[in-house]
Amino acid sequence: MSDTTQEPMIAADGRPLKQSLARALRRQKLRALALIAPLLLFVMVTFIIPILSMLFRSVENQIVSNTLPHTVVALQEWDSAQSELPDEEVFRHLYFDLFKAAEAKEHSRLGTRLNYEKTGLSSVFRTTGRRLDDMGEVFQDPLEDINENFKNGAFWYEMLSGEGGEELLESRRTLWARLTGDSMAGDIGFVPSSQMADMLPWTTRAYTDFAIWTVVEEEDVVAEEDPWEAVYAGLAYDLQSEETRANIASYGGPGAEALKDAVANFDKLPKVDFKAAFAEAKEDWVTTDLWATVQVFSADYTPGYFLNAVDLELTPEGVQAKPENQQIYMQLFMRTLWMALVITGSCIVLGYPVAWLLANLPMRTANTLMILVLLPFWTSLLVRTSAWKVLLQQQGVINDILVWLGFVDDANRLILMNNATGTIIAMTHILLPFMILPLYSVMKTIPPSYLRAAKSLGATNWTAFWRVYFPQSVPGIGAGSILVFILAIGYYITPEIVGGTDGIFISNRIAYHISSSLNWGLAAALGSILLVVVLVLYWAYDKIVGIDNVKLGG
Amino acid sequence: MSVLNPSVPKPDLYRFTMPVVAVLGAIFGFITGNIFGSPAIGLVLGAIIGAALAAGLDRITGMDRWKKIWGTAAVFAIAGLIAGGVGGLVGGTVVGVSMGWFTTWISSGKYRASVPSYYTAGQVLWHNTFLFICAFVFFFLIAPLFPVAWLSFNAEDFFTFTPEMLAFKAEGYSLKHYADFLGSDEWMVPLKNSLIIAPIATIISVSLGTLAAIGLSQSHVPGRQAIMAILISPMIVPLIISATGMFFFYAPLGNWLQANLGLNQAFVGYVKVILAHAVLGIPFVIITVTATLVGFDRSLTRAAANMGADPVTTFFRIQMPLILPGVISGGLFAFITSFDEVVVVLFVGSARQQTLPWQMFTGLREQISPTILAAATILVTISILLLTTVELLRRRSERLRGMSPG
Repeated sequence: MSDTTQEPMIAADGRPLKQSLARALRRQKLRALALIAPLLLFVMVTFIIPILSMLFRSVENQIVSNTLPHTVVALQEWDSAQSELPDEEVFRHLYFDLFKAAEAKEHSRLGTRLNYEKTGLSSVFRTTGRRLDDMGEVFQDPLEDINENFKNGAFWYEMLSGEGGEELLESRRTLWARLTGDSMAGDIGFVPSSQMADMLPWTTRAYTDFAIWTVVEEEDVVAEEDPWEAVYAGLAYDLQSEETRANIASYGGPGAEALKDAVANFDKLPKVDFKAAFAEAKEDWVTTDLWATVQVFSADYTPGYFLNAVDLELTPEGVQAKPENQQIYMQLFMRTLWMALVITGSCIVLGYPVAWLLANLPMRTANTLMILVLLPFWTSLLVRTSAWKVLLQQQGVINDILVWLGFVDDANRLILMNNATGTIIAMTHILLPFMILPLYSVMKTIPPSYLRAAKSLGATNWTAFWRVYFPQSVPGIGAGSILVFILAIGYYITPEIVGGTDGIFISNRIAYHISSSLNWGLAAALGSILLVVVLVLYWAYDKIVGIDNVKLGG
Repeated sequence: MSVLNPSVPKPDLYRFTMPVVAVLGAIFGFITGNIFGSPAIGLVLGAIIGAALAAGLDRITGMDRWKKIWGTAAVFAIAGLIAGGVGGLVGGTVVGVSMGWFTTWISSGKYRASVPSYYTAGQVLWHNTFLFICAFVFFFLIAPLFPVAWLSFNAEDFFTFTPEMLAFKAEGYSLKHYADFLGSDEWMVPLKNSLIIAPIATIISVSLGTLAAIGLSQSHVPGRQAIMAILISPMIVPLIISATGMFFFYAPLGNWLQANLGLNQAFVGYVKVILAHAVLGIPFVIITVTATLVGFDRSLTRAAANMGADPVTTFFRIQMPLILPGVISGGLFAFITSFDEVVVVLFVGSARQQTLPWQMFTGLREQISPTILAAATILVTISILLLTTVELLRRRSERLRGMSPG
């Protein structure tokens, strides 16, 4: 052997054996991974990414900053602790942001979103959305009286288009894209003039927004359309600055004459006061509460949904408990956990004797009786749920028999359904096979001779069972319990049908938020919390039995 | 006679059989008396009848046990028919069979047949009580399915038994719900959708799942635990969470497919539901196939390779036939998962992809008609057939591996 330690062993192909083996091992690993890869990729795309997208949804809150981009920035300076309202600048940004949003019909979505945090905001946004045109017309009418050209869409186009404003155009396009979720790509047929953008910044900005929307969404030609009321409001505001008025005096480009007319008749224009205009549209706008809410939820990511999901709320003063009468989720989580525990408990009580019997009977009898366990296991969930509906309803089989036997008065039939009782009975039945099967597979491995040995050593039946058999069956109880518990806390169909209002689970609330209230963020947050609970249990399951040891009823 | 206890002594008639049967008689008497509003009288009468029955049956010797039981049942059934019509007939038969069986079981000493002879009375009592508890649990598992099948023949559009049905009159029964089920688009379209979606989803999960299971069963797989956890996760994550996640992700995915690949909306709808169902079925395929591969003898593939077969031939000619039972039973699980799935399809699908469980769910929630029960009965029949298939496959696989005596 001494010579092999001197020289490395050589494989058939002349390479050192060690290297050759390492190569074979590497190839084997690669082949295994190549076999697994397609499925792993498939599960990643069709399952893991959707779950991650749900987690993302539960904190995502870009709607506020997408809908009111400038307002949110301007509002950062404001201190909600003071009793003063935000200044005029914020209201001005709000007007232009909201005007765009209203054109795209996105303002009511924002209203709905903020309404989750502060009731009443939905109607504030809706009402205001209808008044935005009027707020601009105040300036449009006098401007058109001052100079006829302001009525003309082509005139506006000529006045504001030019060169050098590509950057402005693209930045406005990006904001539109964020607002609508479309790419808003395409040739606009309009480039704002950089000169105008310097001289009349608000007008040019509003007009550029108008141009993008007109071309991309309404598929019209910019020059042929009359601009939005917001453009007039922008001009009116721009004219307020003395510097602008001075610049116009020395300006000689397109539309100079009309602009000079407007400067000359400046006193005919009403004073620009967006704060007053919003106050008139809906007085909520001049309350600090509203602005505090907007400010708190202007971040792109918010813990708000999660806080809502545990009956807390994010207020300007910090995290607070919700009012008593709105606290439902903690109670619902507790009820879900409690009912899942009760169901798991009843499954143990009913499943343990049956599993014991099956494990201790001769093979042939056990296999026959096993069919009685497997048949419900294989039967459609909907079938079993409808069976329980037939049995439990007030005119159902159980009540009919009890009335016939005289144990229950016909007028006072038992209410077994549409409450927690119904859910517990039906779900115990549905999940019982999931308890019996793991219990059975564990009990099958316990040699019956142990019990006989214990008895021959003088133990009573009870002692032999409790001290010898039971401890060995505990892994089965653990496996079955975790399986049943995990399945139970995520159940939706059965509680929905037999649960009524008292017997529903957190999952029914998630489904409600997805399909009825459309508060998807909250649904995602509730789902994420449930997911964490399940993953913790799953981890425990892995520790106790190992994922590889999951057995199906075959 | 039992091996444990070849000579069962016959218990004493007066000190044991009569009192025990009297107790059961008293219970039935109490219940029967309750129907007529006088449970106390029923209790006493029942006890007397029970004791008399025990004494009577004990006197008759040389008669087959089952003849005694059916004779008792007939007497009780006729008494029930006279007292309470058809309901009484059924009730009387049930009580008669129970009483007859119980009496002969007690009086012949058979109740001790399956326990060792050294058991005390208390131990025998517990042993038999335990068997009754197990029987009750089996009853609890199976019994709920029967009213469904029975009610599916209801002639009325109710979810409840009509007096005609309980009186077993022909006019109370009809096949119209089956005709409804088979003859209306309302049910046939969902059934067709289910039969499109489930098989395709099954094929996807079985083909990808089997490949991956073979990969996973190799001896050196880096990150095996993590990969396994990911692949099993669709089974562990509650359906409602999977459905929520898919709801958020599949809608933009569908829009993207429509916009960029120019597929039509209905097709994309099916693709979404099929993908969702396929991923839900994968854990079942992985688990069953890896379990089958544990018992697979690797030297067989080496032998095949040794004789010049390439890996593909080895797979199809050697490995596949041997693991086929596992693959098929995994496929059946995947099929059932998809065929029975409602939460995900509710969230991901649109009205055009309505499946059978979805239609049943809507029907149950709005309680439209017992056509649901006809559908349910058909599904139970299908699941019995599937169960039989799996059981036969299991036995075949065990026979092949020489693990089972039969």
